[in-house]
Amino acid sequence: MKLLEVRGLRVAFDGKEVVKGIDFSIARGEKLALVGESGSGKTVTALSLLRLAMNARCSGAANFERDGASTDLLAIPEQEMRAIRGQDIAMIFQEPMTALNPLFTIGEQIAEVLQLKQGLDAARCAGATVALLQSTGIAEAVRRAKSFPHQLSGGQRQRAMIAMALACKPKLLLADEPTTALDVTVRAQILELLADLQKEYGMAVLMITHDLNLVRKFADRVAVMEDGHIVEHGPVAEVFASAQHTYTRKLIDSRPVRNVVEAIAGADAPARLMDAEAIGVSYPVSLPGLRGWFGKGAFVAVRDASFSIAAGQTLGVIGESGSGKSTLALAALGLQAFTGALELDGQRWGSGAASDKALRRSVQVVFQDPFSSLSPRMTVEEIVGEGLLVHRPGLDASMRQQSVLQILGEVGLEELQFPNLLSRYPHEFSGGQRQRIAIARALIVSPQLLVLDEPTSALDVTIQKQVLDLLQRLQRERGLGYLLITHDVDVIRAMAHQVLVMKDGAIVEAGDVRAVLDAPQHAYTRTLVAAGS
Amino acid sequence: MAAAEKSPATDARDKAGPAVRVASLSPARRAWLRFRRNRLGYWSLLAFCTLLLLSLFAEVISNDRPLMVRYEGKTYFPMVKEYSERTFGGDFETATDYLDPFIRERLARPGNWALFAPNPYGPKTLNYFASEPNPSPPTRANLLGTDDRGRDMLAQLIYGFRVSVLFALALTATGVLLGVLAGALQGFFGGRTDLAFQRFIEVWGSMPELYLLIIFSAIFSPSLILLLLLLSLFGWMGLSDYVRAEFLRNRQLDYVRAARALGVGNWQIITRHVLPNSLTPVVTFLPFRMSGAILALTSLDFLGLGVPPGTPSLGELLSQGKNNIDAWWISISTFVVLVLTLLLLTFMGDALRDALDPRKADQDPAHDAKAAA
Repeated sequence: MKLLEVRGLRVAFDGKEVVKGIDFSIARGEKLALVGESGSGKTVTALSLLRLAMNARCSGAANFERDGASTDLLAIPEQEMRAIRGQDIAMIFQEPMTALNPLFTIGEQIAEVLQLKQGLDAARCAGATVALLQSTGIAEAVRRAKSFPHQLSGGQRQRAMIAMALACKPKLLLADEPTTALDVTVRAQILELLADLQKEYGMAVLMITHDLNLVRKFADRVAVMEDGHIVEHGPVAEVFASAQHTYTRKLIDSRPVRNVVEAIAGADAPARLMDAEAIGVSYPVSLPGLRGWFGKGAFVAVRDASFSIAAGQTLGVIGESGSGKSTLALAALGLQAFTGALELDGQRWGSGAASDKALRRSVQVVFQDPFSSLSPRMTVEEIVGEGLLVHRPGLDASMRQQSVLQILGEVGLEELQFPNLLSRYPHEFSGGQRQRIAIARALIVSPQLLVLDEPTSALDVTIQKQVLDLLQRLQRERGLGYLLITHDVDVIRAMAHQVLVMKDGAIVEAGDVRAVLDAPQHAYTRTLVAAGS
Repeated sequence: MAAAEKSPATDARDKAGPAVRVASLSPARRAWLRFRRNRLGYWSLLAFCTLLLLSLFAEVISNDRPLMVRYEGKTYFPMVKEYSERTFGGDFETATDYLDPFIRERLARPGNWALFAPNPYGPKTLNYFASEPNPSPPTRANLLGTDDRGRDMLAQLIYGFRVSVLFALALTATGVLLGVLAGALQGFFGGRTDLAFQRFIEVWGSMPELYLLIIFSAIFSPSLILLLLLLSLFGWMGLSDYVRAEFLRNRQLDYVRAARALGVGNWQIITRHVLPNSLTPVVTFLPFRMSGAILALTSLDFLGLGVPPGTPSLGELLSQGKNNIDAWWISISTFVVLVLTLLLLTFMGDALRDALDPRKADQDPAHDAKAAA
């Protein structure tokens, strides 16, 4: 008998259906992965199983086997549902920082579950909490139980979340992108932990994710979701080996492909665009205690970074969050004060307003989040044409419009496909299209160097591939130099010629991309490469 | 690679969206459509604008001078020009009192006529010829009665409403200008500028506003301009905090960084990028600020610290109503006008707040357009 059997589940918000009649089942102790891109309805599916989806209308049946009897999760009264939540079915969320209450210690939060569900007294709660934290591999569990969420690292927080979810030894664990918010090296550890605990407790896991690597490593069976439908399901090995549905194949093929002009060494080597020598960035931070009254400490974000970028080539910078790679990008853009020497085309930042303006023209930027990088109150024409206003003030309105249309065509946005393209606002475009607009805004002033700050990490995998293809084509056609900041080894592998590996503000390894990724010297690079593949 | 060239088609997850919809709605336009969906707020706006428009033409509606006079073959326009009594056969050089029974009789002779406003009293007109003692209850001559000085209540209310609303508009405008400017400076430049401004606001905000008003009304002769000046000196602080917070949030967003990377100047960044995205609280609070300003003027008038004596004012009428508690027509009619005005403003404010609510802004704009059509 199956542990959970979902038949014809439909979920609608305001009459708009997001889950359109899906069937799936999970056996005891089975690991099922629900894969799909954002907006495919996978999270809503999980939330509706616990009836946690707000203002949703659910129909269909979700039969959960409990104490030998079958209960329909969608039909039972709220009272009964509350008994199931946390006790029989538990959930862990994507972002542990927002899933934990910042006002209580994690010990208190775990103890709350134990008190509510198992009626333990305070003393036994404390013991059980520490034991749970220990089982999730948190060091110094006794001390950590008294820590507040902000005092823990991302990985520790997620471990605490898992401890909380497992407090009552649930039969089914719903894991909603449990590793997406974490750094790659931590991801592997959390995944390992989940796999171990799953074996130990013999519970079933419904893993919601968009990451196929993770599915391959973790799950027994996989269900692929697209636009509210399950388009394919089956054992993981089988689906990956012979995907039937086109969407599944598209997902599997979405790994970025290398299609760049390889670097030439020797006399034909292209001119160097940017030369950086011993770049350092530090922020003043207030010191604790009495010392803070008299002075400020310095937090070093980037230390002693030297690199150079050649025309038509990509320098990839890889590292985890907080490693200083985005700060390095801001310094290269001249938006962040730094020490050391940074030469761009033989010129430096800060040697007068006129030369700075000329420099701005030769180095441009594309940011990570396509939603915050376009002003919601400006039209596409205003957004893309702004650079012309600054750098080519001589152009009249119609010439400006011409160049905006031309550059939009170059990034794949045509008037034919989007009527009134120029007078549209960003909200009318999807994430990938917005990123194209951001690229057009950067390209319109004909820069030589483009700083790409995680250009694809906010996008779905299939869109990510398209944007990377576009960037590769632009590099081939225009001979652009890229400074590519990312945390994704796959992206580096596809795009970069040279690579810098950063950790805690320092460059731990640098060199040719093949050499670094195929034969990493530093231990940290090795874990990165291992975790990313 | 071929896939990449054609990618936008596959890129458009919401294929139905951009391809079908042709008209592009700006965020402001979408907010307006959402505002119109709130019927109460929309009708309040219409009603308020009508009342304001009518009160702007108060001279035509309620005036003690005729709009036009035909006297012995000549045409006069007393509404815009003053004529002495001798023009109409009186004895004195003084300005004509058109309500004088003698003048009325002259104007009523064959061939002569006078076109009076629907309510033949101005804001300062004393009805010397009332049949009842002042304050007189509603009669056919004074539809809402007179106040304790014999002035027509209806005229008082029309002109009082106009003074209140115009004053509130002016106070709101200066307050918004100062508040946005101060908030923008603090939020955009941050750091020491912000710190210094914040301390200044703390000092400034702790000044006793009412005492200052009393002191100033003792030194200078009271006037609406002085009042406007004094109130706007203190009225901008609340708003500047909201604008500052919005600026602090918006200035570190990626589109501002991208503009900086393009080399756009500070002034351009403020006006084109940050300011338009920071005005939501300003617009939301507009109606509430206006009702606050009306209330402020009314209460100052009630205390006798407001407009100079003789200016029609709702606050002064309220205080008359308090002094003549048996003259119910004074207090009740003033009360109704005041409550109506404030209610309309509050309904508008509610609708505006809903229209600009970011949580509701994500709703399908096509749906909005349909609802508006």
